[in-house]
Amino acid sequence: MKVLSLNQRAALLSLVILVGGLLIWEAAIPAQKLASEMTEYERLTGAGSAKAGVPPPSQVIAKAWEQLSNPFYDAGPNDKGIGIQIAYSIYRVVAGYVLAALIAIPLGFLIGMSPIAYKALNPFIQVLRPISPLAWMPLALFIIQDSEGSAIFVIFICSIWPMLINTAFGVAAVRDDWVNVARTHELGALRTAFMVILPAAAPTIVTGMRISIGIAWLVIVAAEMLVGGTGIGYYVWNEWNNLDLTSVIFSILMIGVVGMALDALFGMLQRFVAYNE
Amino acid sequence: MTSFLSVEQLTQRYPDGDGGELTVFENASFGVEKGEFVVILGHSGCGKSTIMNILAGLSEATEGVVIMDGAELSGPSLDRGVVFQNYSLLPWLSTLKNVTFAVAARYPDWSREQVIAHSKKHLEMVGLNSDVFNRKPSQLSGGMRQRVSIARAFSISPKLLLLDEPFGALDALTRGTIQDELLKVWAGTEQTVFMITHDIDEAILLADRILLMTNGPYARVAESVDITIPRPRSRTEIVDHPNYYAIRNHLVQFLGIRSKEMAGKTDNADNRPQTVHIDELSRSATNRSKIAI
Ligand SMILES: Nc1ncnc2c1ncn2[C@@H]1O[C@H](COP(=O)(O)OP(=O)(O)OP(=O)(O)O)[C@@H](O)[C@H]1O
Ligand SMILES: [Mg+2]
Repeated sequence: MKVLSLNQRAALLSLVILVGGLLIWEAAIPAQKLASEMTEYERLTGAGSAKAGVPPPSQVIAKAWEQLSNPFYDAGPNDKGIGIQIAYSIYRVVAGYVLAALIAIPLGFLIGMSPIAYKALNPFIQVLRPISPLAWMPLALFIIQDSEGSAIFVIFICSIWPMLINTAFGVAAVRDDWVNVARTHELGALRTAFMVILPAAAPTIVTGMRISIGIAWLVIVAAEMLVGGTGIGYYVWNEWNNLDLTSVIFSILMIGVVGMALDALFGMLQRFVAYNE
Repeated sequence: MTSFLSVEQLTQRYPDGDGGELTVFENASFGVEKGEFVVILGHSGCGKSTIMNILAGLSEATEGVVIMDGAELSGPSLDRGVVFQNYSLLPWLSTLKNVTFAVAARYPDWSREQVIAHSKKHLEMVGLNSDVFNRKPSQLSGGMRQRVSIARAFSISPKLLLLDEPFGALDALTRGTIQDELLKVWAGTEQTVFMITHDIDEAILLADRILLMTNGPYARVAESVDITIPRPRSRTEIVDHPNYYAIRNHLVQFLGIRSKEMAGKTDNADNRPQTVHIDELSRSATNRSKIAI
């Protein structure tokens, strides 16, 4: 038999763990009688709902199939397809994140280039950074007066710090020798910034961006649970209120999948800007 | 006193960390002629790199001026090409782009094709072929990287080429071949070169003139030794030249003994180096003529 490569063996093992886990989960859930099979008495005493516990994976898979085969249906404010909910969440994350990047990267450049700017801004950064982004929510709701805007603001405020700090750090750590190469070739300030400092600091900056998008995706779920209306976070909360645990588990998995995709996107960007000295 | 490059009364002091001052060198003066290949030798810490950075315009001397081509230097410029010991190349650019960006900066009116052709020509001149043009510096050997740096420096035809221990990190064999490449490229130009090295044989092979520095602090350029070995030179043949060992012994003596003895502050305001001209051939010629008489 041909020996499988390391990756192939790892993939095989993953598959075994997945199938094994699902089987154990399936077996651990006591079989539920269908409502039609219950006696009148059982239905009246609520035996059916008492057993509305954790659903088995087969139900979750069925739910996923149902939801993913029509992800964009819209049947009123409390019944939208998973695709629509995720799209809302991604829209908020992207809006807040892009705003944060537009401020964090130029400001990070300034802080990294200028010791004065670094010293002057550092205390503010140190105080603002550890604040849980959700702590801003009441203030945001009061000032912005709009749940949509507040959610975007919360994303903005949580994703700005890693980008700002990494940009500043990356720019400050650019080798003097490379800056000297730019200087001896009379590259102007702008060309030095784009031809030397930006590519030199790009790996560090993109690492910050990757951390930021991860945090933003963590925070959007919580933020949407608070502000409600639309979004994957709201969807989870809404299905919990409906006691539809199958949907809750399904949407939790979707949150994971989307988070992984966002991270993979930045992983690709990171590989693109990486260089070896 | 009107050399192409003239360094006048250059002094460099740094704070020494204890509130005092460290004078690296004081009143260093010397000149370099157009088209000349000058090598500076001296012990570690005597301030060679400091002088080089001042010539490159990357740092400023505490006192003194540098005049090139009749104008006082201020700040870095494309007139002066620099090859550092390491990190001269930008690691995220390909070999070719590391040269083209410099050529494009030097000749802003050139078309893209012109820039690329000029860059390729110079890369080929130092023995690099198209296989490596698209590789990143990290995918090149140390010797190839320094070849790229040298190609780039020559491609912008600076008035003055500054080399700070360009082969310091290379093994002896690679160093030898690159010295040959450098000589070959240099021979076809009128390029003025100012180079730092630690390697006496390298200095003799390459230089028209060697400047010797005393140890720091208060270092100065004490001697200027003419290399009286005709060009073209080759590593294997120069050792047979009668002047070779005489010059080499003089340099070894200086670095081993006199650089220490002569170290320290002098009250002499004019610290111009003393010219040393060693020529066994003419001496034996005179000897012979004496015998004839
Ligand atoms: N920025 C600085 N601040 C303080 N002292 C410095 C600074 N730069 C250099 N020096 C000191 O100046 C002296 C000369 O340094 P320099 O790098 O020019 O020596 P060098 O002759 O090039 O030595 P090497 O052969 O080892 O490269 C050293 O004693 C060094 O400690
Ligand atoms: Mg040095």
